[in-house]
Amino acid sequence: MDTPAAAAHEAHAAHPRESFIRHYIFSLDHKTIGKQYYFVTLFMAIVGGSLAMLMRAHLASPERGILDPGTYLQAATMHGTVMIFFFLTTILTGAFGNVLIPLMIGAGDMAFPFLNMLSFWTFFPSVLILLASFFVPGGPAGNGWTSYAPLSAVPQASPGSGLGQTLWAVAILILMISSLFGSLNFLTTIINMRARGLSMGRLPLTIWGIFITAILALLSFPVLMAALTMLLFDRTAGTSFFIPSGLLVGGQIVPHNGGEALLWQHLFWFFGHPEVYILILGPMGIVSDVISTFSRKPIFGYTAMVLSLAAIGFLSFLVWGHHMFVSGMNPVLGATFTISTMIIAIPSAIKTFNWLTTLWQARIQFTTALLFAVGFVSLFVTGGLSGIFLAASPVDLYFHDTYFVVAHFHFVMAAAALFAIFAGTYYWFPKMFGRMMNEPLGKIHFVLTFLGIYGTFYPMHFLGTHGMSRRLYTPSTYPFLASVQPLDIFISGAAFVLGAAQLIFIFNFFSSMLRGPRAERNPWHANTLEWTADSPPPHGNWPEPPVVYRWPYDYSVPGAAEDYLPQTVPAAPAYASGHGGGEQ
Amino acid sequence: MTTGAADARERGDLTARWSGGRSPWDLSWGKLMMWLFLISDAMTFAALLVGLWVARLGSPAWPNRLEIMNLQFVAAMTVILICSSTTMALAVYAARQGARRQAVWFLTATIAAGCLFAGMQATEWSHFIREGARLTGNPWGVPAFSFTFFVITGLHGAHVLGGIVYLWIMADRIARGLSSAEGLEIAGLYWGFVDLVWVFIWSSIYLL
Ligand code: HEM
Ligand SMILES: [Cu+2]
Repeated sequence: MDTPAAAAHEAHAAHPRESFIRHYIFSLDHKTIGKQYYFVTLFMAIVGGSLAMLMRAHLASPERGILDPGTYLQAATMHGTVMIFFFLTTILTGAFGNVLIPLMIGAGDMAFPFLNMLSFWTFFPSVLILLASFFVPGGPAGNGWTSYAPLSAVPQASPGSGLGQTLWAVAILILMISSLFGSLNFLTTIINMRARGLSMGRLPLTIWGIFITAILALLSFPVLMAALTMLLFDRTAGTSFFIPSGLLVGGQIVPHNGGEALLWQHLFWFFGHPEVYILILGPMGIVSDVISTFSRKPIFGYTAMVLSLAAIGFLSFLVWGHHMFVSGMNPVLGATFTISTMIIAIPSAIKTFNWLTTLWQARIQFTTALLFAVGFVSLFVTGGLSGIFLAASPVDLYFHDTYFVVAHFHFVMAAAALFAIFAGTYYWFPKMFGRMMNEPLGKIHFVLTFLGIYGTFYPMHFLGTHGMSRRLYTPSTYPFLASVQPLDIFISGAAFVLGAAQLIFIFNFFSSMLRGPRAERNPWHANTLEWTADSPPPHGNWPEPPVVYRWPYDYSVPGAAEDYLPQTVPAAPAYASGHGGGEQ
Repeated sequence: MTTGAADARERGDLTARWSGGRSPWDLSWGKLMMWLFLISDAMTFAALLVGLWVARLGSPAWPNRLEIMNLQFVAAMTVILICSSTTMALAVYAARQGARRQAVWFLTATIAAGCLFAGMQATEWSHFIREGARLTGNPWGVPAFSFTFFVITGLHGAHVLGGIVYLWIMADRIARGLSSAEGLEIAGLYWGFVDLVWVFIWSSIYLL
């Protein structure tokens, strides 16, 4: 019993009653830390969502000037920044990663709980710094979530280039450090602390998704950290990493010279493309598990699912140039990036077919979680198809920086990841809080969200093909865009429905947390290990470390008494040969 | 024994290693985590060195280091840092043998070499600054020449200083019998990394 997993277990087995602060604030328990992350990121989602509503209100009737031009750009920038960095990235790793990893691999906690706590308490100040940037003179950053240099590097360059931009860079730098702490823990825990019998070939796909996410974060976040460091030096210490010679700002030549503005784009997108996959690989895993559970069928093509996750992760480091087709790159290089980008469509398609095949002819249980998971597949396909258009550099020369791109990434990344987060929340809520969420409300939430998303983002493809560029303050003043102004009004209406639907979720979440019916251990009759622990699990998760005998997808095994076989059920002769795929 | 059987045994071993309930490489979590951190940190330095090379290849001319810097002095710094890796390895070896006193001595030597390196780095910086190098520019050529120098060697220097504190704490813990040889080995990984990265920085900034 002197394995690391068992040792960690013993360390956690005896824990005296803790003080309030130890238990709720500076907790070392992965579940509490995960919930802390969940609440803070949920709050950030509300901040980011409100900014989006502001932008849509403005775009419904731009001539009224609800926002002035600088504020509009700042709202867009902070919307993207908050949503990508402080909501999606953090909820997937910080909240789901923390809650699920130890529970799904049968460990008592993370490898290094103290570092885990430190990760949250580094994240928290970065949130405060970002929020503070709304209140500094000049307001928050306004140069897009990508903060292209030299706009972002020269404080006088635009209203959103002042102190707010500096705080933006500082906040994200700190967030990257916090994520790094998290990734170190995730990888170490998954590699070293899996329960006895839980080989890598028996890991649930959720854990595979988070595992590969953590590898991507480990390799790509430091690159952004270096770029942010250079940016901060440019802004505050007079260096010129990103500021070219002879730059004119407000009629004056900037005293910096010799820098390379494109360097920022290369470094940013070397981080940025893996980052967008950081936001989708975890969701792919979550969706696989939810679909398999509620189809009461093994996930189709487990090995292909794992390999395609890994392939996407690997390829994501080779495609960053597809964001820079219009930067004047050599056409040969552009063609190379076109090809590498299109190759990513192959593992993506494999995953899609496997989800559909899993659903095919299944006795599907239409829970809210399942609906959101299937919604994810739909959104991912819609957004993936527009991605292939954009990957062709000759097409992208026209579509770059138009609403077509906005539509693409809101489907494939923003909405898809959001749907997986909802699926995961409805699915694991009973485990996290020991209570059930309200299913009818969940379904209303699903229908309105699904329609709201398509209503909001699908028409944006047409705005894009019409030539409307993104981040445009007054589309209605351009004659060639006058004909699509009604579309913009429609989009704003759909966006308000979408926003309002989220209030249902928030109500459902908190009222279920306080008053929902008590959850049993395994309300969905699922196989993975977390369902063998109490709901919610105590500190240390299990009195005895679980032992694993099978892969997580033994649903509807012929000859078994029930239509599910939890991973802890020993292989009985009657259906021992029920599945071979879990072995390797 | 046939190769087939050997293969099968190896495969069986691999399966056993990865089948859960143990660390597949028999690595403690601390050591594994340090390895992962170092991989990540290497990416930070790689990005900064890319920044240096982009600036350098993009500028019309790059100053000749022979005329500006004392390359023998820097070579001596490099030798000192490499030697400190050797004493570090000896400290780990001694700790594994249970020779605590010896381990502490070797650690002290490593720390001394680290301090010497940091001191020489400071001399190098003040020399460079006295000649007119600044973050904003320098008398010899494009500003990138001096600001990449300061930012990159500065980050490395911060790693050295952090390493000195780390090793100091480890020496204290070893002396008081609080740390295992494993703990010292982890510190050794870090120190070796700081040394290895310097070789890349040294060649990019001074040699090439
Ligand atoms: C079939 C797979 C995909 C292909 C071929 C593809 C291709 C592209 C291309 C070529 C662009 C650049 C468009 C431009 O700026 O002109 C782009 C933008 C983008 N893609 Fe994708 N993509 C794919 C999947 C994804 C996925 C899975 C995500 C996220 C999870 C994603 C997120 C984004 C984002 C966020 C942007 C815009 C970034 C910005 O400019 O702000 N894409 N995509
Ligand atoms: Cu991309």
